Amino acid sequence: MSGAAAGVDLLELFLRFLALSMLSVGGAVSVAPEMHRYLVEQRHWLTDGQFTGSIALAQAAPGPNVLFVPILGYQVAGLAGAVVAMVGILLPSTVLSLWAGRWGGKHRDTPAVRAFTAGLAPISVGLIAATAWVLMLPFFGNPEHRFGALALMAATVVVLLRSKISPIWLIAVGALAGGLGFA
Amino acid sequence: MRPTDAAQPSPRSRGDLFLTFTWLALQGFGGVLAVAQRELVDRKRWLTRDEYLDIYSVAQILPGPNVVNFSLMFGDRFFGLSGAMASLAGMLLMPIILVLALAAVYNQFSAIPEVAGALRGMGAVAAGLMVAMAAKLLGALRSNPMGAGICAALLLASFVAVAVLRLPLVWVVLGLGVSAWGAARWCIARKEVDA
Repeated sequence: MSGAAAGVDLLELFLRFLALSMLSVGGAVSVAPEMHRYLVEQRHWLTDGQFTGSIALAQAAPGPNVLFVPILGYQVAGLAGAVVAMVGILLPSTVLSLWAGRWGGKHRDTPAVRAFTAGLAPISVGLIAATAWVLMLPFFGNPEHRFGALALMAATVVVLLRSKISPIWLIAVGALAGGLGFA
Repeated sequence: MRPTDAAQPSPRSRGDLFLTFTWLALQGFGGVLAVAQRELVDRKRWLTRDEYLDIYSVAQILPGPNVVNFSLMFGDRFFGLSGAMASLAGMLLMPIILVLALAAVYNQFSAIPEVAGALRGMGAVAAGLMVAMAAKLLGALRSNPMGAGICAALLLASFVAVAVLRLPLVWVVLGLGVSAWGAARWCIARKEVDA
C-alpha cells in the first residue's frame, strides 16, 4: 500500500462516486461492492488487500462508516483523491436529504413513502451482505491465513450478536492476532 | 425550523453545533447514531425521543450515510442551511483528518510483516462486522408489510446480483427497487382493505 496508483483520472473517479451516492441506500457500505468492482477489478488502481485494508482502517477510527471512502480515494490518488471521492459520495445525497428533510417529515405517512421505506429495507440488507462477501472473498484464496481469518470473522459475528461490546475491542483483537501471525 | 418551546434547550450557535457534533463523532467507534441519541436526547435535551426518531427514520431511508443525513437534518432544523453545514462539518472534519493520518502512518510501515498482518486481522474482523450488521438488520424486517417471503426473495436477489453475478449496481437498485416499491404499495393497500 504505497502511495498513489499511476494514471488515475480524478474526474472519472469523481463522476463514478457522484453516481454511487444516489444508489447508497442503507449507507455508503451498500455501494462498497460496486467500488470494489470499479477500483480493483476494472481499473486495477487498488489490490484486494488495499481495499479490505481501507475498510478496516475506517472501522478502527472513530466517526461514521463512510470514512472508508476518503481512505480509498487517498490510496488511489493521495489527498486529492480523498477529497474527490468524499465530495462525490456526499454531494448528491446531501442535497437530497436537505430537501427531503423538509418535505419528507410531512409526507412520511403516505402509502407511497411507506412503500419506499418498506421496499428498500430488504434490498439494503442484501447489499450489506454482498459487502461482507466481497470483504471475505480474498481470505478464501489465501491458504496461509485462511483458517485464522475465518475464525476471527466467525468469532466477531458471534460476539457482536450476543453482547453489546463496542466493535473497537474486536478490531483491536484482530490487529493483535494478525500482528502476531495468527490470521 | 421547529417551533420554539421555552422549556426545551436548543443549540446556542452554529459553533455550538459544530463542537457538539465533533464530540459525538469522536466518541463513535462502530456506530455514531447510538452516541447521538445519548448526547442529543438524554444529555443536552435538544430533541425529545420522538423528535429524534422522526429525524432518524427519514435519515435512514434516504440514500447516503445515515449519520451524515441525520447531521444535515438536525442542523437544518435549528439554523437552516448554515446550521446543516456546521453539524456536517463537525461530524466529518476531525474524523477525516484522523483517518487519513492513520492511513498515511500505515503506508509508512506497511512493509513490516507484523503491520501488514495486523491490518489483515483487522480486515477479517471488519468482514465479520458487516455480516453481523446484516444479521441485526434481518430482525427489523420482521415487521415489514411485504411479509417474510417477499423480503427473503428481494434480499437474496440483491445479494446474488451484486456479490455473485457482479451486475452493475444501478440496474440492481433500479430494477429491484421499483419492483419492491410496487410490491410494498400493493401489500400496504391490501392490509388497509383488510383492516
